[in-house]
Amino acid sequence: MSRPDRTIILDARAMSRALQRMAVEVLELAHGTDDLVLIGIQRRGVELAERIAKSIEQDEGAVVPRGALDITLYRDDLETVGPKPVIGETRIPGELGGKHVVIVDDVLYTGRTVRAALDELADFGRPKRISLCVLVDRGGRELPIHPDIVGKQVKVNSGERVDVLVEELDGRDEVALVRQGAPA
Amino acid sequence: MTAPPLGKDLVGLEDLSADQIRLILDTAEPFKEVSERPIKKVPALRGKTIVNLFFEASTRTRISFEFAEKRLSADTVNVAASGSSVQKGETLVDTARNLEAMRIDMVVIRHPSSGAAEFLGNRIRSNVINAGDGKHEHPTQGLLDLLTIRDKHGRIDGIKVCLVGDVLHSRVARSNIWGLLKLGAEVGVCGPDTLLPRGIEELGVCRFRRIEEAIEWADVLNVLRLQLERMEMGFIPSVREYYRVFGVTAERLEKAGRPMTIMHPGPMNRGVEIDSRVADGPHSVILDQVTNGVAVRMAVLYLLAGGRPELADAAKRSGGPE
Repeated sequence: MSRPDRTIILDARAMSRALQRMAVEVLELAHGTDDLVLIGIQRRGVELAERIAKSIEQDEGAVVPRGALDITLYRDDLETVGPKPVIGETRIPGELGGKHVVIVDDVLYTGRTVRAALDELADFGRPKRISLCVLVDRGGRELPIHPDIVGKQVKVNSGERVDVLVEELDGRDEVALVRQGAPA
Repeated sequence: MTAPPLGKDLVGLEDLSADQIRLILDTAEPFKEVSERPIKKVPALRGKTIVNLFFEASTRTRISFEFAEKRLSADTVNVAASGSSVQKGETLVDTARNLEAMRIDMVVIRHPSSGAAEFLGNRIRSNVINAGDGKHEHPTQGLLDLLTIRDKHGRIDGIKVCLVGDVLHSRVARSNIWGLLKLGAEVGVCGPDTLLPRGIEELGVCRFRRIEEAIEWADVLNVLRLQLERMEMGFIPSVREYYRVFGVTAERLEKAGRPMTIMHPGPMNRGVEIDSRVADGPHSVILDQVTNGVAVRMAVLYLLAGGRPELADAAKRSGGPE
């Protein structure tokens, strides 16, 4: 089976449509914006949460609080973090008690990042509900974690990975399937 | 892109590259926020056991390390020289080997002999962090001073920092000089000739004989503690004389006509090396230094515990985290 090194799964327009649909689903899930808080996981989840929040704000005319969560210090594999761990900003917008927190991330894979995020959020307060919203679900879970909202399901073979690019950090919006070892 | 990781131990800033020092300072940034959380704790070092081995009295440094360790969820044990087997004549290596036999991961050591931290680090498997060894170095104090200068001035490169007072006996001064020079600051020293090391100019450090000249030159004054024992040993005639000639006073700073960042590693002798109005003044960052101390120590502990490049490379090859 020959596949190209890089297959585009979502281009910029498809990604924009997916995010808009996800915004509508978030709104439905949270029954409006009253208690809604979006928390993006560093790094690309933060940008995606911002997009979804803006989309909701445009439709609803209400402010959606959003924050950022870096889970590096809650990982279960300190030894493999590497010699130069980059710890991003964690910014929680106000009290989480009684809120419906929607965690936003780019790719859902093993579920270990989400496990860490749940532990970390618990140290900031007791939300009434936490939901999970991901742009790409690539399967391969190692923990009993399931997303509530998914932009795109992707079947990934061994030796492949999913790259999510966002304009704010990478210069363009794109989701691609990349063969390991191929140039990024 | 990838900076070299830290080694097994942190002995002094003399042994670190500029990139390694920057890595520690950059890693300290997110740890500042951890101390502002409602639950001031992250699980990064859960299961690690750290021994704080203090052969010299210390309050600030020991508490700062202990907070840093606890906020990273490590288990800690404090051992002080007095009341321990050290008093019964046990050697440093035997003490450490006994601790290591209880399966510890790190030792934070404060010792009156220069070189004690390196000596220990070469003889045990655990990571060793120097919390001050004799007149040699106090690297985490140097790092927290660098972080505080960077916070206040936005950079370290090109900033003029003068260390005032007993530079000769000060491990804080030594760590500051190495760190500042590596990161491109200009460094000066000012104090009585008896308390300045000979030949310090060879390192590229300016020497100021009068405090007025130092104030005229500097952007930052790091005022060192005058150890009062020095007077009995004949290095200075009297405390009052010292204050009159070298004391950092509000009057002297006013003459400079521009704001000057004031630092002090503590504990302060108010009215000896520094005037209370200066220590408590608007340009004093002395308490910021203390706050930054916890963040810098968290960064050092975290990097030493996690910086295992071979495992990280292996993880990257196998696909790594999502």
